[in-house]
Amino acid sequence: MFDLTGKNALVTGASGGIGGAIAEALHAAGANVALSGTREAPLRELADKLGERAFVVPANLSDPEAAAQLPKDAAEAMGSVDVLVNNAGITRDNLFMRMSDEEWAQVLEVNLTSVFRLSRAVLRGMMKARWGRIVNITSVVGTTGNPGQGNYAAAKAGLVGMSKSLAYEVASRGITVNCVAPGFIATAMTDKLNDEQKGKILTQIPAGQMGSPEDIAAAVLYLSSAEAGYVTGATLHVNGGMAMV
Amino acid sequence: MSDIADRVKKIVVEHLGVEEDKVVEAASFIDDLGADSLDTVELVMAFEEEFGIEIPDDAAETIQTVGDAVSFIKGAV
Repeated sequence: MFDLTGKNALVTGASGGIGGAIAEALHAAGANVALSGTREAPLRELADKLGERAFVVPANLSDPEAAAQLPKDAAEAMGSVDVLVNNAGITRDNLFMRMSDEEWAQVLEVNLTSVFRLSRAVLRGMMKARWGRIVNITSVVGTTGNPGQGNYAAAKAGLVGMSKSLAYEVASRGITVNCVAPGFIATAMTDKLNDEQKGKILTQIPAGQMGSPEDIAAAVLYLSSAEAGYVTGATLHVNGGMAMV
Repeated sequence: MSDIADRVKKIVVEHLGVEEDKVVEAASFIDDLGADSLDTVELVMAFEEEFGIEIPDDAAETIQTVGDAVSFIKGAV
């Protein structure tokens, strides 16, 4: 349905379940995709699977210099960055009273600050092109909160405010900035939950099941498309109804 | 007008869509030529590309008028 032929997309966290599905969806719509992540092997595997129009640009976003280099690498590989999907994220869960400064700082650095840096870096090209799409992957817990995730929820909520502010600034230049907020999606990150935790979660989801990475990828594909050009500063919640906000 | 001033003028006219005779040395981008703050960022980007120079953020803030731009660029190229 959506055609991204000729568009160049950079997807961070593409070695993970959701990021991989996003990259596949954008690629299937015709985009060139640059796959970023910390682990090169799964990125290479995905690139091989996708075949042409896929590039591997590894980066550890907890390192500011690597975050500064990534947009350059992606632009070099593809020619430009027209679509930026900030999907990379980490968790360092702990009860608030036990949370260390380091756990706090690491999560804020990767999940929020690196998104600021990457977005700032790609804006120049998007402004000149008078076209751009930034899609930030936030989380339902940024809206609802979640015990043990004070750092993660803060970073994810921060993304929403940041995205809206940036959306204001660049809307007149054909650039949209939106968020996609997944609920509970079956990935390696949620596999860490035990059965009791999973059971509890399912009782809170009207849809009665966890979402799939493809559910998130479809939302990202829409927000990356020309058809979504009038949607900006929005957060699209994809959570099976667990939080209707 | 020097070559640099002509090129600056051309960029300003194209970017802000203003009439050429309004782009005088004393004209302020924001007050006289209708630029918003994002326009001024874009103008600086355009100057950087046209003249192959880097205009650091603190210098960019001092470029308020057409004349400011011309004299900064003259010193930088």
